[in-house]
Amino acid sequence: MQAKSLIGSLVLSAGLAIGSTQAQQFTVEITNLTQGIYFTPLLIAAHDNTADIFQTGQAASVELQAMAEGGDISGLSNLLNGIAIVEENPAAGLLAPGSSTTTATIDTEGTDYDRLSIVAMMLPTNDGFVGLDAWSIPETAGTYVIHVNAYDAGTEANDEIIGSGAPGEAGFPAPGPVATASGTGGTGINTTVEGFVHIHRGVLGDLDNVGGQSDIDRTVHRWLNPVARITIVVQ
Amino acid sequence: MTDQFIYFQRSFLISAVLALFACGGDSDDDEAQAAIAATPQYQITLSNLTFAQPLSPAAVIIHQLGFQAWIDGQQASVALENLAEGGDNSMLLSEAANASQHIISISGTGVVAGGGSEMFELAVQADDVNRTYLTVATMLVNTNDAFTGVNAMNISNMVVGETRRYTAPVWDAGTEVNSETTGTIPGPADGGEGFNIDRSGDRDFIVFHPGVLTQDHGLISSVLNETHRFDNPAVSVTVTRIE
Repeated sequence: MQAKSLIGSLVLSAGLAIGSTQAQQFTVEITNLTQGIYFTPLLIAAHDNTADIFQTGQAASVELQAMAEGGDISGLSNLLNGIAIVEENPAAGLLAPGSSTTTATIDTEGTDYDRLSIVAMMLPTNDGFVGLDAWSIPETAGTYVIHVNAYDAGTEANDEIIGSGAPGEAGFPAPGPVATASGTGGTGINTTVEGFVHIHRGVLGDLDNVGGQSDIDRTVHRWLNPVARITIVVQ
Repeated sequence: MTDQFIYFQRSFLISAVLALFACGGDSDDDEAQAAIAATPQYQITLSNLTFAQPLSPAAVIIHQLGFQAWIDGQQASVALENLAEGGDNSMLLSEAANASQHIISISGTGVVAGGGSEMFELAVQADDVNRTYLTVATMLVNTNDAFTGVNAMNISNMVVGETRRYTAPVWDAGTEVNSETTGTIPGPADGGEGFNIDRSGDRDFIVFHPGVLTQDHGLISSVLNETHRFDNPAVSVTVTRIE
């Protein structure tokens, strides 16, 4: 078995920016296609072809971990500062099931930022996130629709219990509407930290609102991929 | 752990046999390729996107249009059944090699664990570039008869340096009931039986897989647990023409 050798996390290669510069303006609309999962504040970034916010099969960066476990995108935003155009939190808070949000116009004029990445934590999950990594932004004007999947950051055991949003601390945070739809008193499901980013296997949940094994509601919070529609309008 | 060891040993034997076969059978191709200065070459990377569904040694087949390892809604061939139930790709590779549309094929060297990947490099003749299709098939070994891959994907007319990336769902071969019971699953979760010619009780046509239930989701008789669940896509296949 031979692992593909790619750079694991955000890397700036300022001296190697030999690609053609992009002169593009575009907007990005994100639609939450799940029936019961909230997206925490979204991070949308246009960057060059050397950067990856996440990669399957690789360990998550601590900045990705903070996003996936607690919805905190400040670390990723800091990492991208100077090497990307970043739009943060277009929904001004949680993006509810079935809801959409659209960014302001992103202008990559004078840069070689021809890739688009998007991440946000999925609640309630321990470290699940909706993700798009380094998608090639088309050069031709038009409307482009893609569908994206749910990933597990692999940094926290999926115990499915309401708890902490801090990196490395167990459980998931439950802001208002998430707490309302979730149960309490679960005993916990899994104690294994997976160790690498992968397609999320889904939540197990249970049918007991005040006990059982999980604080996640099996009837409300299950999903199948894809979990979001991304509509990019290139002007 | 014993079951897991036996499983890997079995895979190794299959691969070793295939490697011998490949050495004996490809000499004609090697000579022909040496005679052509610019041999088109593809780098194909299979990545396992699941957490706990190791993939059996892959069958990677480059062929012309017309070869079909499987067709949705139709019966699985016995060769595909061998792969989907037991992780044995040898019959499928043999059938591919004997097909008139065959260009070149190769077996994975072993199991690809969750999060892992394997890279293949395959060369074709210059006049094959305009009629190149790719099939990849591999079993999710902690299931009864689930498989994934790409099915006769058109990769013709790629230029040198071009990359195409595909993600793939999971199919159910329809040749073995998804009982999930002890002794029926060849992967490390069980160490049970692989291929069995009997198809009774299952629907006997190929469709998308409904997922595994597992003992943690109420199927008390299942040998699987919640870590073995999966969602689509299960793998990505990245193709780059490198020469």
